[in-house]
Amino acid sequence: MSAPPPDLVDLLLWGVLPYVVLAVFVGGTVWRYRYDKFGWTTRSSQLYESRLLRVGSPLFHFGLLVVIAGHAMGLLVPKGWTEAAGVPDAAYHVVALVLGAVAGVCTLGGVALLVWRRRTTGPVFSATTRNDKLMYAVLVLAILAGLATTLVSAGADLAGRGGHDYRDTVSVWFRGVWVLDPRVDAMAAATLPFHVHALVGLALFALFPFTRLVHAFSAPVGYLFRPYVVYRTRDRLPTRATRPARRGWS
Amino acid sequence: MAERIGRVMAQVAMVMNLDKCIGCHTCSVTCKQAWTNRSGVEYVWFNNVETRPGQGYPRGYQDQERWKGGWRRTATGRLVPRAGGRLRKLATIFANPVMPAIQDYYEPWTYDYENLVAAPLGDDMPVAPPRSLISGEPMAITWSANWDDDLGGGEELGVHDPIVRRLGEQVRFSFEQAFMFYLPRICEHCLNPSCVASCPSGAMYKRAEDGIVLVDQDRCRGWRMCVTGCPYKKVYFNHKTGKAEKCTMCYPRVEVGLPTVCSETCVGRLRYLGVVLYDVDRVGAAAAVPDEHDLYPAQLDLLLDPADPEVAAAARRDGIPDRWIDAARRSPVYALAVQHRVALPLHPEFRTLPMVWYIPPLSPVVDTLTGTGHDGEDAGNLFGAIETLRIPVAYLAELFTAGDPAPVTAVLRRLAAMRAHMRRVNLGQERDPSIAAAVGMDGDTIEELYRLLAIAKYDDRYVIPTAYGVDDADRGAVEEVACSLDFEGGPGMGGMGGRPPFGEASGRPDPVGVETFHALRARQTSDVRARGGPRRTNLLNWDGNGRPDGLFPPRDGARDRREDA
Repeated sequence: MSAPPPDLVDLLLWGVLPYVVLAVFVGGTVWRYRYDKFGWTTRSSQLYESRLLRVGSPLFHFGLLVVIAGHAMGLLVPKGWTEAAGVPDAAYHVVALVLGAVAGVCTLGGVALLVWRRRTTGPVFSATTRNDKLMYAVLVLAILAGLATTLVSAGADLAGRGGHDYRDTVSVWFRGVWVLDPRVDAMAAATLPFHVHALVGLALFALFPFTRLVHAFSAPVGYLFRPYVVYRTRDRLPTRATRPARRGWS
Repeated sequence: MAERIGRVMAQVAMVMNLDKCIGCHTCSVTCKQAWTNRSGVEYVWFNNVETRPGQGYPRGYQDQERWKGGWRRTATGRLVPRAGGRLRKLATIFANPVMPAIQDYYEPWTYDYENLVAAPLGDDMPVAPPRSLISGEPMAITWSANWDDDLGGGEELGVHDPIVRRLGEQVRFSFEQAFMFYLPRICEHCLNPSCVASCPSGAMYKRAEDGIVLVDQDRCRGWRMCVTGCPYKKVYFNHKTGKAEKCTMCYPRVEVGLPTVCSETCVGRLRYLGVVLYDVDRVGAAAAVPDEHDLYPAQLDLLLDPADPEVAAAARRDGIPDRWIDAARRSPVYALAVQHRVALPLHPEFRTLPMVWYIPPLSPVVDTLTGTGHDGEDAGNLFGAIETLRIPVAYLAELFTAGDPAPVTAVLRRLAAMRAHMRRVNLGQERDPSIAAAVGMDGDTIEELYRLLAIAKYDDRYVIPTAYGVDDADRGAVEEVACSLDFEGGPGMGGMGGRPPFGEASGRPDPVGVETFHALRARQTSDVRARGGPRRTNLLNWDGNGRPDGLFPPRDGARDRREDA
């Protein structure tokens, strides 16, 4: 019984797992939306406690929005494009690392405050489900691992041994996944912190549809474009006369 | 001239006659039993009765400097929610800056009843200590939805009433000088609802057919902006489901022509339900008039006269059924608010155009008169007292007319004139036309108002057209559509020989009620015939005769035989 060759593990982790997670993420979300609209909510605990929430929640959410924008930048924009635009590599990394570190620390500080509030405020804690606890653990791990990648890269850059650039490894793999050409070799070449962060991130996305995180899909952008007062007509009741007959064979 | 009238909509509206409210809280309790007797909404009262002066529920909700409810008129004459427009709402979506905490309502509790039987033997009688329903911990009860009922703690607590603070030092709470009345409150089902405007998800809506404001539970995402947006604080957050809930105007009852639970059970019979027609195109302009004192007249001006043939034509043009137009003509709400001008909106200065109207109480005036030895039914005395008793009038004006005493005085004078006029009638004295003339009415309209306020029967107080196009004669008893063979003893009766003549199962089927509405609907729209199954029998209604279904569990053989038959 010899250990499987490393390239098989890499293939499973970076070639197969992303698609499994994607299927769970999309399928789970569709399933949840179809069968659990009533459970689709922020499950806010502000009624119980407002003082800490008003600091922690904006800190976390706004930090997270910057983090997401940063991920989009770093993962989706190929290195060649920024170079063609005349952005020096060093400058790009300084901006990315500073912005990433600030946003990451805000997000981590926010989530730490929220978790602390959740644990210490009696009513909030008793409204916390096991599902919530698992979700928080994975979420905090993902943020910690992400910050670690940022700090390790920054440390390596400062020490002058900036040999590994995630835009040559992780980003290439990530873009490849979407065009059904996962560059397993590129991802395998990334360093350990990036591997850990990517795996925890995949776990978070797999959990996503089954937790309160789904409220992120309900970001009410439409509010900006609708009239203030909404009128709706009463739902038509299905009656014997109007209901389409469903036959077993059709 | 039909182009003069914009889009016509119908609204089911309510009037409450505050002189008749005895503060018994029956409306609150029956509403609670019907709608909010669930976990997550323990602290929620869709209907509450508060003592004025007092803080109300939640505490001090009328203070919009603090709670930011309702609309604000900008310098350019536009209306934006006081808590902020669309961008500001989205910017503060991660933590609502002005959401009331559970303590602003009250922390709901239960009692540890087990202690009564499980306490160790001792010298003292065991008690059931209170336990918080929020945290489950032992708690000291320090506040509830009606802690300052009947001016409880008047001197200490009454001064926190936002209206008392605005009026300054005039309102006294000492026993000799105090006045009080009860204010039952439900959702106002506003024409310009700021809760709906505040909902980022678009889950809240005003129903086009009857104006009832509802929360779509499948679309609510728990952003909590509606709680802030409503200046009456009548949208609540269910902390178990994470969704907003509010008074539904008992729409399953109203749809079948039944009054709301609070109206049905009102001991004082002080509630009136009826349809008003309004011009929805003019709502925005009416809510945005510059002077707050003009809001009440502007709101009255929105309501269309259903007796006007042009209005009826416009209503028909906009798809309002004829029986709704007919109901609007008989509407007690239109009669009291527009024709007799005795019902006023609650806090028009919030600019939401509320549709629950109040007849302000004359009782503080009458009580003061009789308390000082004067004749409280003499028109001259009453008119003089209304002019003299500045404080109750100023207080009522802050509640109902944005602080303008003139409309309140006019209403109170009408009520006083009715009182004096009817005293003469009851004593067999000659009618004095000068009494009615002093308030711009005549004897006939005064007696009409008297009939509506004093002796109106159930069908006069609740004029509710049904939603489903059934004939008005079926009101209150929309029966299950049954098989045509279901006559007494007919083959459709399952071979049981017809309904037993006595017992619960005798007589006509139960009318639709909130309790049976959904079960009935499910049965009516189901493809399969309802199984006999175990039915519940209320033994309190059983007269000892016959054997109602469900009195005994069915024997297996018996059920098989019935299906064979």
